[in-house]
Amino acid sequence: MQKTIYLDNAATTAVRPEVLDAMMPFFTEWYGNPSSVHEFGALCNVACDKAREQVAKVINADPKDIYFTSGGTESDNWALKSAALAKKEKGKHIITTKIEHHAVMETCEFLERQGYEVTYLDVDDQGLVDPGALEKAIRPDTIIISVMYANNEIGTVQPIREIGRIARSHGILFHTDAVQAFGHIPIDVNEDNIDLMSASGHKIHGPKGVGFLYMKKGVKLPPFMNGGHHERGRRAGTLNVPGIVGMGKAAEIASGEMSKNAKHLSGLRDRLISGLSEAIPYTKLNGHPTKRLPGNVNMSFRFVEGESLLMLVDEKGVSASTGSACASGSLDPSHVLLAIGLPHEIAHGSLRFSLSEENTEEEMDYTVKVVKEVVERLRSMSPLYEDMLNGVA
Amino acid sequence: MSTKLEYSDKVVDHFTNPRNVGEIKNASGVGTVGNAKCGDIMRVYIDIDENDFIRDVKFKTFGCGAAIATSSMATELVKGKHINEALALTNKSVMEALDGLPQVKVHCSLLAEEAIHAALWDYAQKKGITIEGLKKPKSDIHEDDHDHGHDEEEDD
Repeated sequence: MQKTIYLDNAATTAVRPEVLDAMMPFFTEWYGNPSSVHEFGALCNVACDKAREQVAKVINADPKDIYFTSGGTESDNWALKSAALAKKEKGKHIITTKIEHHAVMETCEFLERQGYEVTYLDVDDQGLVDPGALEKAIRPDTIIISVMYANNEIGTVQPIREIGRIARSHGILFHTDAVQAFGHIPIDVNEDNIDLMSASGHKIHGPKGVGFLYMKKGVKLPPFMNGGHHERGRRAGTLNVPGIVGMGKAAEIASGEMSKNAKHLSGLRDRLISGLSEAIPYTKLNGHPTKRLPGNVNMSFRFVEGESLLMLVDEKGVSASTGSACASGSLDPSHVLLAIGLPHEIAHGSLRFSLSEENTEEEMDYTVKVVKEVVERLRSMSPLYEDMLNGVA
Repeated sequence: MSTKLEYSDKVVDHFTNPRNVGEIKNASGVGTVGNAKCGDIMRVYIDIDENDFIRDVKFKTFGCGAAIATSSMATELVKGKHINEALALTNKSVMEALDGLPQVKVHCSLLAEEAIHAALWDYAQKKGITIEGLKKPKSDIHEDDHDHGHDEEEDD
């Protein structure tokens, strides 16, 4: 039987059995609404508050500053749209980067259509934002700065503490999309000077459809979801109790195992990176060599296209993802790969492997073998490779 | 986005086991269309006999699964055919032979049709003949105006 190696954990992860066990009673036994006064409700309220504490502890936050949402996308939308609305008297200028997740990027584009001005900061060829350039972009009417903690495609981890310090010294709200970083690398919202932070449950072996927004005491953004008085009047909607309980448990486990997992994952990551680089010529690592998520590998293989690469490695049991346009439904390859300066044709030939602690060294070695075979096969039918060999291109 | 499940069995077959991959040395005609910026390039080599029949045809393609599958099918469809018949090959017939393509991949079949036409054009140029109904290929590797035609599919 062919083995399947799942290397797409930045897309989503498997729910851990302990997490599922913690969630199950809240579907059939303790199905109450946390807002209800009776015991069914009270039990669920207690469970949600426990999850709030579990999540808060991971980022050194006050549990009262955690607001549960439907996930990272809602948290990003809430933070940016509500901040824009709340601060519009002060100004209409927003600073973000060219490598944000679509949840931030498209929200900023939406705000531009509503009359806001957005500065999209460049990054260097390894995907790093320059804090100096960020500080220069600040204007008297700048109301919010949003810079992702770690990039979902190339794994680059930003100098968040320094960016937060700059934002705070100018009295500007600082939001970070920490969906890829939360539970994977240490975050301290106080040390990092974070006012608003988005995270989700399903990137850390929790369930899908649940996340949270950290909102520092005193920031007080208006609600994004209007309705009942849930979440201290800030986020209406009956709480997703099983999901919240699952995310809390997953956060607790992730935090407890963080340093052990980071060591294991970065070992596998570096083994895969060097394995692929040595086995396959005309290969490039995308992102920063060391300031990167422990489980992220993103490589470009010249003269081949990512979707065909992805499908052929999938045939051999390796599940990865690509930044090629052909996999996105648009004409352009990933905006992140273009932002780090890759030419289109090289960006089209990129693969992302995102690892979990379940992966092994044998799986990395098998992946190198499979990718090498597939790249060689696709290059043998690539006119670009032929031109390169003939010295045309 | 096209996942593997959106591709027909025939597309998957022609993608995973493409027919006629390779080059022809001293080919009668070579056509290259598409551009790397958009993520697909097709190059078709044709070998044409003295009676204007396509004796052999090979291709090389940089592109997604659908681009490789349409190249494979298009070359299968013109192999052994008279150049006039090959000229009549449309993207529709390539798509039909593959039991359809996801909407966002229709441009790949247009590219396959164009690649065959470009190879025939090259043949006609080299031989100094005119093939009735054959126009100069619209796009080639050196042009940046290649249109994927995402919004240009015919409704029928």
